[in-house]
Amino acid sequence: MTLEQLATGQCARIAQVEGDEPLRTRMFALGLRNGREVAVIRRARLGGPLQIRVGSTDLIVRRREARMITLIEPAA
Amino acid sequence: MKRIALLGMPNTGKSTFFNRLTGAVARVGNWPGITVDLLTAKLLMGGDMVEVVDLPGIYNLHGYSEDELVVRHFLEKNPINLLVIVANATQLDRQLALVLQLKDLGLPMVLLLNMVDEAKRLGIQIEQHKLEHALGIPVATLSAKHGIGFPWARQLIERNLNDTLATAAAFSAFASDDALEARLEELVRDTVHVPVTLSETITSRLDRLLLHPLLGLPLFFLAMYLMFQAIYTIGTPMQNAVEWLLGLLKQDAVAPLLAHASPVISSFLLEGIYNGVGTVLSFLPIIVLFFLFMGIVEDSGYLSRAAFLVDAFMSRLGLDGRSFVMQLMGFGCNVPALMGTRVMRSRGLRLLTMLIIPFSLCSARLQVFIFLTTAVFSPRTAPFVLFSLYCMSFFASFLTALLYRRRLTNDEPLLLELPPYRFPTWRQMVMRSWHEAKGFVREAGGFILLGVVLVWFLTNIPFSAAPASAHTLAGRLATFMAPAFHPIGINDLMSIALLFGFVAKEVVIGALAVIYGTNEGALSGIIATHLNWIEAYSFMLFVLIYTPCLSAIAVLRQESKSWRFTALAVAWPLFLAWTVSFVFYQAATALIGA
Ligand SMILES: Nc1nc2c(ncn2[C@@H]2O[C@H](COP(=O)(O)OP(=O)(O)O)[C@@H](O)[C@H]2O)c(=O)[nH]1
Repeated sequence: MTLEQLATGQCARIAQVEGDEPLRTRMFALGLRNGREVAVIRRARLGGPLQIRVGSTDLIVRRREARMITLIEPAA
Repeated sequence: MKRIALLGMPNTGKSTFFNRLTGAVARVGNWPGITVDLLTAKLLMGGDMVEVVDLPGIYNLHGYSEDELVVRHFLEKNPINLLVIVANATQLDRQLALVLQLKDLGLPMVLLLNMVDEAKRLGIQIEQHKLEHALGIPVATLSAKHGIGFPWARQLIERNLNDTLATAAAFSAFASDDALEARLEELVRDTVHVPVTLSETITSRLDRLLLHPLLGLPLFFLAMYLMFQAIYTIGTPMQNAVEWLLGLLKQDAVAPLLAHASPVISSFLLEGIYNGVGTVLSFLPIIVLFFLFMGIVEDSGYLSRAAFLVDAFMSRLGLDGRSFVMQLMGFGCNVPALMGTRVMRSRGLRLLTMLIIPFSLCSARLQVFIFLTTAVFSPRTAPFVLFSLYCMSFFASFLTALLYRRRLTNDEPLLLELPPYRFPTWRQMVMRSWHEAKGFVREAGGFILLGVVLVWFLTNIPFSAAPASAHTLAGRLATFMAPAFHPIGINDLMSIALLFGFVAKEVVIGALAVIYGTNEGALSGIIATHLNWIEAYSFMLFVLIYTPCLSAIAVLRQESKSWRFTALAVAWPLFLAWTVSFVFYQAATALIGA
């Protein structure tokens, strides 16, 4: 499952971050790294970006970048 | 003299701290190996003169972004006595990564944990001594905005100010992010305690309203409308007042002084130099007001929310929500809107935004259009004509964005922080406005003055001819350019007015009056008999799209620091304006007949 598919209001742990080196280091610096818990707060309409929360940081990411973050399936 | 460099991630309050530490005396300095401006200030610390340099905010030292490279080059080329790292105390879970990276540089450093007021409110606890011990560098906590803990932070800096200068060790020696991860994890676990569930903050509650799926966008446009009204309903009369005062001064004080000078000298000083200075001054009220209000929008964190709201549309144009805000503000005046693009740190995104802002139908152009539409069109059609010009304004900017997005922005990812809502202090707002106004006068002032003087020469040489008549250089230029302007329905007299419009669009009408040898009151009737509606509309299309005014060009150059980009920003609109007018004029005359 990727971050893009995570339901609004849910959280899960990050399994892996893909993408090229500059993007990955940028995500790392913003707290998006393996093992961290990330939550989707809301989604903008019409295919707009997601608002996500890692730790105490809120971020907006586009869906294209959200697809690069794979999650560990939450134990339902 | 000793040297301190300030470094930290974006949005950690680095500039706030810099301002508090140094007062309002910062200036822009030149540094070896660096092309961008860095703020620098000197102050007295423990009996030494100390120079403080504010480095751009960066996320890491890998050197992938322009700002990261700037920091690397600075630290490699310029020895310092102390590196002061500013971090946001509420986000240490990720901000300490940068500190760990910086430690490998082997520079003397101290760490300031800023925004303790917010950390306290969130219930975040930091074990300062443990952190100091684990990192091996001195740590102080403070709130740069409210001043809490500031004296201690200052003392800490003073105490750790080495006598020897140090340069950064090799940047290639860094630990990779993976190796960093384990250290970071451990460090955070041992020293930072975040409550398990963060309490429901004001920010989340406000976000629920302001980012609401249905209400979010209407509220955004309402906010933009109110801000626009606030800036320009106060600013435009102030601008007019400045112009009126300058006119009065010219007429009653400066002109009498020059009564005995030769007419040429007096015209040069009054219409050239004095008007040039006046043009620069007349922008100041709007720039000051713009940044007072923009300061609120920026500092409040709403600008990033705007990005969230309109990104679905803007990302297709290669832009983001912040570009859209600046474009909207450009409808008042392009000049401050262009300066406002500085919030965007990605150069490509910034240049693309600066390329589209000049198409925003600013209030100066609006004056010209209102005059011409009332002169040429019936009261019933005039509003539709104006509306069509607004549509054209958006069309030109979106077309430009689509054409240039690949070349300039290259689909950069959007990864923006949404900071909690904050309100700037008065001090912050006033300092910002003051700084921007000063920058405008210093950077763009000379260029604007030069341009006004140049136009004066064109329209007054040779001195034997009547100013702006067909016998002046400008008139000859118009004759020379006629083959280009006739196909779009603009005659020689009107094209001289365009030359004036280059100085400032609002003088087009005054210039037309001079050119037709009449006063502004009678001009409307004369225009109506000289121009048919197709010619008038073609002229307006051209005025809307062609070269932004001289002040806008000066600011484009000031902000981009590139003559090549400035040339593009002048040439492309000129080309587009001609093409649009040509298509319209030829099609309309063919269909309807002149
Ligand atoms: N609550 C709080 N806000 C702060 C503090 N210091 C700075 N800010 C705010 O944080 C935002 C970013 O500050 P700025 O100095 O522009 O950050 P920079 O990007 O690191 O230079 C602004 O809205 C400041 O008003 C602080 O100590 N407490």
